Amino acid sequence: MPVVQVEAVRKSFGAVEVLKGIDLTVERGEVIAIIGRSGSGKSTLLRCINGLEVIQAGRIEVSGHRLDASGKGLRELRKDVGIVFQSYNLFPHLRVGENIMLAPRVVLRVGRAEARQRAEEALAEVGLGERFEAWPDNLSGGQQQRVAIARSLAMKPKVMLFDEVTSALDPELTGEVLATMERLAGHGMTMLLVTHEMAFARRVATQTVFMHQGKVWELGPSEQLFGAPQTPELRQFLGSGLK
Amino acid sequence: MIRTFSESEFLFIVASARWTLLLTVLALLLGGALGFVVALVRTSRLAPLRMLAAGWIGMIQGIPVLMLLFLSYYGLSLAGVDMPPIVAASVSMALYASAYLGEIWRGSIQSVAWQQWEASAALAMSRAQQYRYVILPQAVRIAVAPTVGFVVQLVKNTSIVSIIGVVELARAGNLVNNATFAPFKVFGTVAATYFVICWPISLLARRLEGRLHARRPG
Ligand SMILES: Nc1ncnc2c1ncn2[C@@H]1O[C@H](COP(=O)(O)OP(=O)(O)OP(=O)(O)O)[C@@H](O)[C@H]1O
Ligand SMILES: [Mg+2]
Repeated sequence: MPVVQVEAVRKSFGAVEVLKGIDLTVERGEVIAIIGRSGSGKSTLLRCINGLEVIQAGRIEVSGHRLDASGKGLRELRKDVGIVFQSYNLFPHLRVGENIMLAPRVVLRVGRAEARQRAEEALAEVGLGERFEAWPDNLSGGQQQRVAIARSLAMKPKVMLFDEVTSALDPELTGEVLATMERLAGHGMTMLLVTHEMAFARRVATQTVFMHQGKVWELGPSEQLFGAPQTPELRQFLGSGLK
Repeated sequence: MIRTFSESEFLFIVASARWTLLLTVLALLLGGALGFVVALVRTSRLAPLRMLAAGWIGMIQGIPVLMLLFLSYYGLSLAGVDMPPIVAASVSMALYASAYLGEIWRGSIQSVAWQQWEASAALAMSRAQQYRYVILPQAVRIAVAPTVGFVVQLVKNTSIVSIIGVVELARAGNLVNNATFAPFKVFGTVAATYFVICWPISLLARRLEGRLHARRPG
């Protein structure tokens, strides 16, 4: 059974239809990159998948949790979906370790010892094992973003969504976050990531989706999609994006 | 007969500060509790609730405290509820505080970055958990300074209840002055007593703010 199933999803903001019937399936362990122009609906699609936006039509199913226009079962679904944004959004009043332990403790109701163990494991996974006691403000942007990833990982999600997580970072900090994501992919995490890092998408993603005007315009194994784009829109996008 | 301003007059004035303090504390406890509810309702997801709280704030802020006082004192006694002036005074000061504190705290809650709501929602937290663990702890820091500023105002504004016969600090000063005609000594004492109450509050606020920020270096 696929981890994420998106069927004929439509989403409008007011009169503007941003997603015009999206179909997408993410199998377990798959890493899918989403590329496309600004405004093509990439972020909106990710936000719909964990219910931050309510869809108007279609169906979204994540590891057995159904999400429809009614918005029921939202919290159950979110326990299985991690999302990391461009801005890290750490909780500034909590230390790094507390940031990560909070949701497992209060949402999943795991004990203190287990929450701590989850946090330590997640921090180690993102290469920040020694920063448990640090304050978010004292970390670099790249480190904060890795803590944000760890905070999601500690919920043991079935799928992780990443929305341009390196876009706010200086180039020299981008690498460490991409390396963290690549390591996650290597450990079998199911991932759906919006990115402008084409080389990264081509190398790490098993499949790549090209979104254009609110539709899945082209979809295929990354090597094929980048190597032999089928549509003029994708050829143009890659041409302008890579030069 | 003119009395001299002696130790007993001085002590009478200083001792009357207990009513000022009692009023302030009651207004803060009752008004704070109500104001907290007002702030939560004001930031609710349901528009009718938000409007209700906004209406409350607007109404109380639009009425002079003096009218609140008259309404609670004369209004309720006309309605057959017989209550001592200090109760009416506490009720009206609490209503007054609820609107101002509610508004201050609404502002504090809303000045927490909206991404904090989104990040905590994405971690599957309920609305109550978001408030409890993410939003309110940050809002408290923002709220300290304006809240204390309001408390200092509140201490001074309690003087208004002298009108319905509560002998608090300002009223005590008036009484003593009428008997001694020593306004400089009398009101000097009154002013000094207000200062002795308000100054530590401001100091405490500075300490508190310092500590809240120390917990988050950066
Ligand atoms: N909350 C909103 N209200 C109204 N319009 C919105 C909202 N969020 C997004 N939109 C609009 O929806 C369209 C798609 O936005 P979206 O953020 O999904 O694009 P994107 O592909 O992620 O672009 P980018 O690469 O710039 O991040 C845009 O035209 C945007 O202006
Ligand atoms: Mg986007």
